[in-house]
Amino acid sequence: MAAVATDTGLNARHLACMRNDRNLFEQLSFRLGCGQALILEGRNGSGKTSLLRILCGMRQPDDGRLHWDGEDIFRLGPEYHAQIAYVGHRDGVKQDLSAGENLRLARGLGAPNPAFSIEAALDRVELWEHEDVLARNLSAGQQRRLALARLLVTRAKLWILDEPFTSLDSHGIDIVESLFANHLAGGGMLAVTSHHPVSLNDADIIRINLST
Amino acid sequence: MSTASLNRAFALLLWRDLLLAFRRRTELLNPLLFFVLVTTLFPLGIGADPALLRAVAPGIIWVAALLAAMLSLDSVFRSDFEDGSLEQFLISAQPLSVLVLAKVIAHWLITGLPLLIVAPLLGLLLHMSGASIAALLLTLLLGTPVLSLIGAIGVALTVGLRRGGVILSLLVLPLYIPVLIFAADAVATSGAGLPITAHLSLLAALLVLSVSLSPLATAAALKISLS
Repeated sequence: MAAVATDTGLNARHLACMRNDRNLFEQLSFRLGCGQALILEGRNGSGKTSLLRILCGMRQPDDGRLHWDGEDIFRLGPEYHAQIAYVGHRDGVKQDLSAGENLRLARGLGAPNPAFSIEAALDRVELWEHEDVLARNLSAGQQRRLALARLLVTRAKLWILDEPFTSLDSHGIDIVESLFANHLAGGGMLAVTSHHPVSLNDADIIRINLST
Repeated sequence: MSTASLNRAFALLLWRDLLLAFRRRTELLNPLLFFVLVTTLFPLGIGADPALLRAVAPGIIWVAALLAAMLSLDSVFRSDFEDGSLEQFLISAQPLSVLVLAKVIAHWLITGLPLLIVAPLLGLLLHMSGASIAALLLTLLLGTPVLSLIGAIGVALTVGLRRGGVILSLLVLPLYIPVLIFAADAVATSGAGLPITAHLSLLAALLVLSVSLSPLATAAALKISLS
């Protein structure tokens, strides 16, 4: 089993997903290692979100296997979940909690990241003066940045993001892209869908187009 | 994951749900108001004969408590489902069943405990004796957590459905019936001056059973609902 030692990161083999009796994708294989970004492209309804939910372990693929460091992610369960952070369409921001309370909860549910305190994470997404503001009183773009700040407060190695740039202005996009760049430079991994072109300069990018 | 981080996540989630309930306290009054209204309307409907009221009081109070608990069930997971928090729980580094238990305990503290607090007053209103009121409180203390725990399984199964209300009642009500039978009978028995240890033991057994099994079933149901 010499192959196992080098088998780090996420390894997808022959994934398939069906929806309403239609094949969204099949025989999808890729390998995502340290410092690599996976960018999913494709038309609406081509299965991007479904694939991300499979990568999170929320949905079983209809065929194929998904391994993290050589182990099946569904067997790893919470151990795998400690390695990932996910921000989806419904961004998981609780409207009746303040920005700080939202992040404190996210931190407590995951493996806390010693490098980022709650304040530092809010500072990084330029929400530091909104720590005590209820999320419902933040603008849509600020809520999005709050959701993305969740990526920083846990030690997640793999960030899984569904349309992270929705409702962000160009400055917000710059902030998030610099988060991505730092994460990848630190050996992190990224799986992202976006209609907005993601500029990651010289990062190692794997592109998969689900429409073809 | 260590026990310390598990305990912290449990406490954090419990605190979060209580805080959220406190920030939306008007919603929290609904089940309690329903409980009080139904119970106080009965004497108006069936007449104020003390002997009659005393005879029907255990049944009325328990049926009202059961329906109040059912009314409040939907709120266990609904808002977390709609804003995506539930997905975050599902992929959190802690076992989902422990998080579910924290949520159900919070839900009981918010909706079940207030029923216990007003129940003695309603007992007096219906001419119950002191011993019966004590029995009523004991049965509510053992029984209402069972209602929350069993209800959580049903809610977890139906949370993804647009109109899950009817299915939820059909799923959950049959499982509520044993609690209703033992609890109401315990109160009636104590009114007749007989011991109710057997009833209480059965209710306690139901509670132990549901505390140990319901979080696992609820977690499994949530995984199905969200996939």
